[in-house]
Amino acid sequence: MTSPANSTVDIVRAGLPKRYARERRFRLMGMLAIGLGLVFVAILFLDIFSKGYTAFQQTYVRIQVHYDGSVIDPAGTENPDTLAFADYMALLKQSLREVFPEVTDRRAKRDLYQLVSPGAGQVLRDRVLANPEIVGTTEEVWVLANDDIDMLVKGHIDRDLPESNRRLDDRSLAWFDRLVDQDAIEKRFNITFFSSGDSRQPEQAGIAGALMGSFYTLLLTLLFSFPLAVGSAIFLEEFAPKNKWTDLIEININNLAAVPSIIFGLLGLAVFINFFGVPRSTPLVGALVLTLMTLPTIIIASRSALKSVPPSIREAAMGIGASPLQTQFHHVLPLAMPGMLTGTIIGMAQALGETAPLLMIGMIAFIVDVPQGFTDPATVLPVQIFLWADSPERAFVERTSAAIMVLLAFLITMNLTAVLLRKRFERRW
Amino acid sequence: MQSSFLLFVIFTLMILGYLAGRRRSLAVARMSRGPDRLHSLPAYYGFYAALWAGIPALFLLATGVFFQDWIITKLVVADLPETLRTLPPEQLGLVMNDIRNMATGNIVSTEITPAIQLAADHYVRLRDLYSTATWILVTCISVLGIIMVRARISPTLRARNRVERIVIVIMMVFSSIAILTTLGVIFSVLYESLQFFRKVPVTEFIFGTEWSPQIALRADQVGASGSFGSIPLFAGTLLISVIAMLVAVPIGLMSAIYLSDYASARFRALTKPLLEILAGIPTVVYGFFAALTMAPFIRNLGERLGMEVASESALAAGLVMGVMIIPFVSSLSDDVINAVPQSLRDGSNALGATRSETIKKVVFPAALPGIVGGVLLAMSRAIGETMIVVMAAGLSANLTANPLESVTTVTVQIVTLLTGDQEFDSPKTLAAFALGMALFAVTLVMNVIALRTVRKYREQYD
Repeated sequence: MTSPANSTVDIVRAGLPKRYARERRFRLMGMLAIGLGLVFVAILFLDIFSKGYTAFQQTYVRIQVHYDGSVIDPAGTENPDTLAFADYMALLKQSLREVFPEVTDRRAKRDLYQLVSPGAGQVLRDRVLANPEIVGTTEEVWVLANDDIDMLVKGHIDRDLPESNRRLDDRSLAWFDRLVDQDAIEKRFNITFFSSGDSRQPEQAGIAGALMGSFYTLLLTLLFSFPLAVGSAIFLEEFAPKNKWTDLIEININNLAAVPSIIFGLLGLAVFINFFGVPRSTPLVGALVLTLMTLPTIIIASRSALKSVPPSIREAAMGIGASPLQTQFHHVLPLAMPGMLTGTIIGMAQALGETAPLLMIGMIAFIVDVPQGFTDPATVLPVQIFLWADSPERAFVERTSAAIMVLLAFLITMNLTAVLLRKRFERRW
Repeated sequence: MQSSFLLFVIFTLMILGYLAGRRRSLAVARMSRGPDRLHSLPAYYGFYAALWAGIPALFLLATGVFFQDWIITKLVVADLPETLRTLPPEQLGLVMNDIRNMATGNIVSTEITPAIQLAADHYVRLRDLYSTATWILVTCISVLGIIMVRARISPTLRARNRVERIVIVIMMVFSSIAILTTLGVIFSVLYESLQFFRKVPVTEFIFGTEWSPQIALRADQVGASGSFGSIPLFAGTLLISVIAMLVAVPIGLMSAIYLSDYASARFRALTKPLLEILAGIPTVVYGFFAALTMAPFIRNLGERLGMEVASESALAAGLVMGVMIIPFVSSLSDDVINAVPQSLRDGSNALGATRSETIKKVVFPAALPGIVGGVLLAMSRAIGETMIVVMAAGLSANLTANPLESVTTVTVQIVTLLTGDQEFDSPKTLAAFALGMALFAVTLVMNVIALRTVRKYREQYD
């Protein structure tokens, strides 16, 4: 049976191994692509985590402090103002000199004082203000260590490096070792990181200000964008006549969703700040910009939620005499609400992570105080991350990573909520 | 804070209006024997009153706040002594600034002359007067609205229809905000750009190959005349975006193909959300990663291979940006690949093609327009991406195609020009708006083409 009819099969057969090999290669490439994508996710998270987890602990130094009345309150007035503005750092310096009595020359003393944070006097001040009685007594206090000491404890400063390449010289290391021998160095949970605002000193810097700023900004964004988006979605989907104008709006919304976010920052600067005179750096102007930015996302999601409500619902409501608006608000909207909320949460997550437009409208300012309202100067979490990432101190790297971890935790929670909401309320008609 | 309290007052009045309107309608109904005589449900009469209590008052408040500064400044200037009033506009502006600062209790830049002190007092008086007037007017309008509606309530008043018409008009206004945003972008950016082009010729901006926006502060300063040629910026942007696309397109496309045509449903359900995490990570996080992990890594690698790598190389920024765009490419191509009808695949498989042959020869060509659209959208996103390049790319404008060197991008320059102190008449600040306009125009064209292609493609198989 070697008739020519077989020849086609033979040709095909001959080519098969090659084709199968090509098939396998293609498949492998697909798996490789997915593998690479997953590896990127893993690397990103591991990198951030390994850099940042140490920031949740902070080094403290134990110091025996004598609340010297002649330093705190020389006149003995017990006036709260005197107590509040006294030189508490001097007390700490005094105590440090007592621990290391051999340090006498000025430069050495200055280096010695560098063991504790420049803001460490704050702790003493708070204790005295809370209880003025303790003036004149002596007690042990744990104060923040300087960031270099903190880095040394966490192993980010290599003792084997030559002295000139190290942040800490041999003398400081010797002092530090003596403190360790006296059990006067301890790592504790880093409350400062969650309770204070920004600072130039890494050990005193925290994300509380940025978190509050993000909270105010996001709250306003939600208040502005949700009604606007739902209103326009209902109008465009249910009431608008299909004509050139509504076509234009539709194309426009789709395009706005793809406009680079930095352009919205330019708009905010030129229109809101320069033309309308909205105060710079405030959650208010940030929210206005973010509203315009997230509006398209929420509108698109809301419209598809409205589209998925079957027409029979509308017809049934109209059939028993509801007006068009009653049909919408009493019947269609409740059914579309889960979809709209999902879109809103995703839009809010976008707004929470956005940085670029906020740089344009002055939310990049260095702000120490925790904002108290919508018109206080503020910064937001992603901008804080940007600012810290730019700081040269080694201690800011771990703080930046830790702030990123907090931000990611919020974002993941929000996205998970959106996914669960969709799963829970999704309806197939 | 005062106007926010006034907002609260208006809101309370709206609630009162609702209650009053509702009660009145019930009372009217009782007089004419039973609520079935009313045209609308009682609540609609309440809503009608509430709308009348709220909308005019809000409108008035907004106008009042908007014109406050302008009006008070005019009045204060009119009352200034002759010597100050006749100053040139710039100096007058400075004086007004001092007066305003004094009135709000801020630090004043110059010494306080009695005239300025007087003007500041005048300013404070006027401001108090103005806010009291706003208060009274707004409250009056609001209450008047309630009274008027209440008087007009009768069984024949078509309250529901009126309320619904107002609500629809409000929604219409909401939906035009999208258009207003686009117009706002175009006009604000265009206006500042035109001012920029009055100082720097358009041809220099478009064709110039040198970018150094430093302007001489003194006339005798050397080498800081400022040159605004945007070509190096666009070249840098293009270089980084192309690197990003070289990463994102193969990986994104292949993973989309694998997920839609090879993977089991379970694998897909597990992997897809994991890949989409990449899309949810804020860009500032990618920037941090690019600057602190990727850039040193590439630099060390390059040094080991004996190559010179800038510490802010285009490669590092581009690679990380590519990773960011992977899910974008993959979900867009997933959509278009899934839209290819199953019958095409079945036909090809029935002819004996292997799966990869079906994909390469049938599915891919059929999905090509959609994929091209998706890649264009991804490219426009790469061009407009800001944080990664701000943190990981350089500041100096090099005209180079070498990915190991440092380049700068349009977005980086916009950010550096606009953060920090700015004066709105220096070409340096205005240049940022010109760059913004160019960026907006480029991405807009790409988006329009891309969205149109994707849409046409979808219609083809629907």
